[in-house]
Amino acid sequence: MNIITLANLSVGEKGIIKDIPFDSVPLKLLEMGCLPGKEVELLQVAPLRDPLYIRVNGSHLAIRRDMAELIEITKS
Amino acid sequence: MRETEVIKVALVGNPNTGKSSLFNQLTGLNQKVSNYPGITVERKSGTAKINDKVTASIIDLPGTYSINPTSLDENIVLEAFLNESNDYPDVVVVVADVENLKRNLFLFSQIKDLEIPAILVVNMVDQMKRKGISLDIAKLKHELKSEVLLISARKNLGIAELRTAILNYKKVNTTTIANIANRVDAEFFKKVKSSFKEMSLYKAWLLITQQHNFPNIDPVLKERIDKFRGEPDKLKKMQNKETILRYQYINNILKKTYSFDSENATGLRSKLDKILTHKFFGYIIFATILLLIFQSIFDWTRVPMDLIDSAFAQLSAFAKNKLPSGVFTNLVAEGIIPGIGGIAIFIPQIAILFLLISILEETGYMSRVVFLMDKIMRRFGMSGKSVIPLISGTACAIPAIMAARNISGWKERLVTILVTPFTTCSARLPVYAIIIALVIPNDRILGIFSLQGFTLMALYLLGFGAAMASGFLLNKTLKVRGKSFFVIEMPNYKLPSIKNVVYTVLEKTKSFVFGAGKIILAISIVLWMLASNGPESFKMATETIQKENVDLTEKQLNQKVASYKLEHSYIGIAGKAIEPAIKPLGYDWKIGIALISSFAAREVFVSTLATIYSVEDDSNTTTIKQRMAAEINQDTGEKRFNFPVGMSLLIFYAFAMQCMSTLAIVKRETNSWKWPILQLFGMTALAYLASLITFTLLN
Repeated sequence: MNIITLANLSVGEKGIIKDIPFDSVPLKLLEMGCLPGKEVELLQVAPLRDPLYIRVNGSHLAIRRDMAELIEITKS
Repeated sequence: MRETEVIKVALVGNPNTGKSSLFNQLTGLNQKVSNYPGITVERKSGTAKINDKVTASIIDLPGTYSINPTSLDENIVLEAFLNESNDYPDVVVVVADVENLKRNLFLFSQIKDLEIPAILVVNMVDQMKRKGISLDIAKLKHELKSEVLLISARKNLGIAELRTAILNYKKVNTTTIANIANRVDAEFFKKVKSSFKEMSLYKAWLLITQQHNFPNIDPVLKERIDKFRGEPDKLKKMQNKETILRYQYINNILKKTYSFDSENATGLRSKLDKILTHKFFGYIIFATILLLIFQSIFDWTRVPMDLIDSAFAQLSAFAKNKLPSGVFTNLVAEGIIPGIGGIAIFIPQIAILFLLISILEETGYMSRVVFLMDKIMRRFGMSGKSVIPLISGTACAIPAIMAARNISGWKERLVTILVTPFTTCSARLPVYAIIIALVIPNDRILGIFSLQGFTLMALYLLGFGAAMASGFLLNKTLKVRGKSFFVIEMPNYKLPSIKNVVYTVLEKTKSFVFGAGKIILAISIVLWMLASNGPESFKMATETIQKENVDLTEKQLNQKVASYKLEHSYIGIAGKAIEPAIKPLGYDWKIGIALISSFAAREVFVSTLATIYSVEDDSNTTTIKQRMAAEINQDTGEKRFNFPVGMSLLIFYAFAMQCMSTLAIVKRETNSWKWPILQLFGMTALAYLASLITFTLLN
């Protein structure tokens, strides 16, 4: 089965964060509220498909696609 | 003065929480900006009256999401809490935005764990009802074991209560709250605790994990810390765990005390986001805003700039007529007054630029631009965040290069620093403005766009183009390693606070006028002295001219003597020496003098020519522009500043690296002479070649 990541969501879709590879993402991502078990919504995608504008744990963040591809989710 | 007690207060908070509004509200105009010792980050501090006997000295620390820094700016915050110097705060005021309370409490819980008196201030409470937020303040106080205040810095609500809370800081409970240590790794923290008895456990933990941010740490302390370092992976795992545990703790508290109907609050925001970050309209809006900025700095400033220019010309004439004649009067009328005029003429443009940029930042629009531009900027070796330095660069490269500190990847930051000086800074503006006024006709295209404004915009685009092109080249050639990451907050939209905007404009304009002004004034005086003195041939001017021309009227004689003197003064000799090198670009030795002095700072160009021509010309009431327009090329009999020469000068100033202060900042920010030297020679060589081509083609 393919792993679904945050980068697979389409605009307006929501998911629950399943797993974050702590070794490859910066501490800052977690500190901004992006944590396992939290609901995440893809709000907007920048014109050239990158970065992604998300809402997670009450924070509105923009992250790049390469980082979003590391964040495993389950679609809700 | 009476002895008063001074309480040292540190203001901390996430970006976009209204921290600056609170700072302005508390201190009013009693604030100053200075540099942190040894580094160039601006430090804002101010004093606030608490009561008749007590004042507070308030430091506004840079906005940060966590005490673990990811940029040089955020490092300042960590340093403020780890260095127990004179600045160590008595009490910390943590500013939180009621809408993002969860993430704000994360920072608060870290500071609280440092066992320092901390007051939580929840800002923007006037919007709670509208946004569907409810907060049980008594319960929150109880759960956080802390003083919690509701305020609205903009509406001036709760400020008096905050003053009282600051006054009673000694009563603030300083127990830790999150108690993460035992749950992260009880054994490890037990060891840390027993070896660092003199400090709080959390402080010791920060010293262990953040040591790389403090190269100058005390060697004895360093040795003690090193024992706990182990593998970095293990520490990072512990930090991750700490973060998760902190959020669990905060979630538990907020569940009991806080509710937020997010649909209610995000309606307008998402509508605006859809338009402003739209794949087509987003760029159109951004381009329109840029166009408006450039039009306004040219159109709105014309009248005040002309007024300032002629006011100084009249003042100079007045001084010359009313003061007893002599060397001192000449220095005042020909050196100092035109020199100050050369600074004052900038004020309208700088003020408007800072005004517009600070409005873009205040409203939250700037973050949308970062979001829109990131992917594009990456092709040029930069990050979306580089847009802010590049736009601020249109005011001044120095704060712009410092703003690049926010970029977390070293390569992206380095490329941004290297290319920012290409953007058209306000120091180029007076040079452009005066040359454009001289050589571009004041016509309108299609009856709307002024041809002069259009030329100015083309020069701005040329600057941006040069920045992007060199970014592209640097991206391909620079071999710099370093991981970059990009996590930014997209803040909610806000109406700009007039008070914040006005304060920013005042502060930035003031620091520019006094910072750059000193250099300009000093150079003007030195120039005047070099232009008014010279070797033997200079002193013999009158005799030589009289011998060569017998039948001159007194006026003609005076004029001939004056230009002969200038040519044989020290500065004239220097200008003559470089004339062969700049002749192919269409310049003469007088422009050569202006070029030489421009290498200290570009804006000196106009005041240098003003000084040179006023030394030469006795009729003092003419403005700089009139004098330049009247200047004749001795070889051709045409106007000195004709179209080819004007264009060649515009191109030269667009590309050349002519700012010592920028070079000094680049040296400090990159910690190496390699990069400023690359800028100096690379940019200046490009300028020379481009001007040579321009002049050859047009002439």
